[in-house]
Amino acid sequence: MRLSARHILSVNDLTKKDVTLILQTAASFREISERPIKKVPTLRGRTVINCFFEDSTRTRLSFELAEKRLSADSTNISKSGSAMAKKGETLLDTVRNLEAMRPDILVIRHNQAGAAAQVARETSAHVINAGDGMHEHPTQALLDLMTINEAKGRTKGLKVGIVGDILHSRVARSDMLLFRKMGMEVTIGGPPTLIPMCLAETFDVKVCHDIREALPKLDVLMLLRVQRERQGEQLFPSSREYARYFGIQSRDLESAKDDLVVMHPGPVNRGVEISAELADGPRSIILNQVTNGVAVRMAILYLLLGEGLKQ
Amino acid sequence: MAQSKTRPLLTEKEMDAEITRIAREIVADGIENVALLGIRTRGVPLAKWLAQKIESIGHRPVEVGSLDINLYRDDLSEVSEQPIVRPTEIPFAIDGKGIVLVDDVLYTGRTIRAAMDAIIDYGRPKFIRLAELIDRGWRELPIQADYVGRRVKTTAEQNVKVMVKPADERNEVRLMKGR
Repeated sequence: MRLSARHILSVNDLTKKDVTLILQTAASFREISERPIKKVPTLRGRTVINCFFEDSTRTRLSFELAEKRLSADSTNISKSGSAMAKKGETLLDTVRNLEAMRPDILVIRHNQAGAAAQVARETSAHVINAGDGMHEHPTQALLDLMTINEAKGRTKGLKVGIVGDILHSRVARSDMLLFRKMGMEVTIGGPPTLIPMCLAETFDVKVCHDIREALPKLDVLMLLRVQRERQGEQLFPSSREYARYFGIQSRDLESAKDDLVVMHPGPVNRGVEISAELADGPRSIILNQVTNGVAVRMAILYLLLGEGLKQ
Repeated sequence: MAQSKTRPLLTEKEMDAEITRIAREIVADGIENVALLGIRTRGVPLAKWLAQKIESIGHRPVEVGSLDINLYRDDLSEVSEQPIVRPTEIPFAIDGKGIVLVDDVLYTGRTIRAAMDAIIDYGRPKFIRLAELIDRGWRELPIQADYVGRRVKTTAEQNVKVMVKPADERNEVRLMKGR
């Protein structure tokens, strides 16, 4: 089996069949991370360059571990450590230099939307978008879907609420696209200033500014971080005010289904969008998301390189 | 299908007889601290079948696990599509245990090479032995089975198709023309 896409730039690149194949493969790969020796020789001799032109801890570590557990040779470029970026080289020149070193896969994180797609046009390597500005973060959406499927035993027909800074969130965008593709219902909540106009029409989702109204019907509640670094102070007055009106605590979930699960893509701001006891409580599957992240990325690396010889 | 009119290489009854004979040989060699590991896909139901026979002959149960060797294949860069990876389930510790690998057809030997690499990533077994329902020849590596159901002379163009429930609809082995 192979993926229909050569690159993973957007959820839109993937067919439903691709998504199912990735999830099935990832479920098999999860066992490798439970072994005493967490390594298989599958991608021996393949080169992966992780280009993180924007800071990341979780995603970068997750990709690195996925690569190492499949025995690929992986190496990193970071924003601060990159002489290329600092000395005024353009992204495309950097990519052409990387290309000259014959990588098999480039993992790209960048603060500009479309950066990964631009890289993909300049390289014969496969490109994985690890987050491009406010556009998309497809591997996060896949690991979210895998975690939901694992918790619920299915995905189709489930009702998911996503609350928070939708405007700046590439995770929300990829999640909305993927969840709708897989037949789930999505309800968006959060402050009106952080929800883009025409969102309901564009993504075929419901918008409900106070998520508490939609809560009794939800199967999954996804809380997002307020992205202070992307917005300054204009869009809402203070973290305290956000916490009061949009933050979720255990007592807000009294009307929810018994088996509602709570997710968060991290980093968590305890006491702002989610209370500490909810993040640590029995409904939380936040750390399962992290575990599954490694498995999903292993699956994508494996399936992308399945094309065999590069074109 | 034209092939189904020809007589099978092994009927269900003959498969059962061969598996029973292999079970007797395994019991005779000792089943203390020995476990079976079926290679996906057909090796898994065969290992379960063999385990039942061993239990009724040796009067003690043997543990059964399943092994997916796709991540250890040496031809991943040659195949055009990645094989689907299924979970490996080994419900026992490999360290110090005698492992009998169970597989349907021994051919080039490359699957067994991959399986041994996979097992050793889990620990250090006391020994690894190999049980095969069919040995069709054409080895490309220095690998031989310890227990063989039936040795069959084949041409390179032929294909030995082992069908085992519940992976297939029936229990039967056929020699097919073409790959």
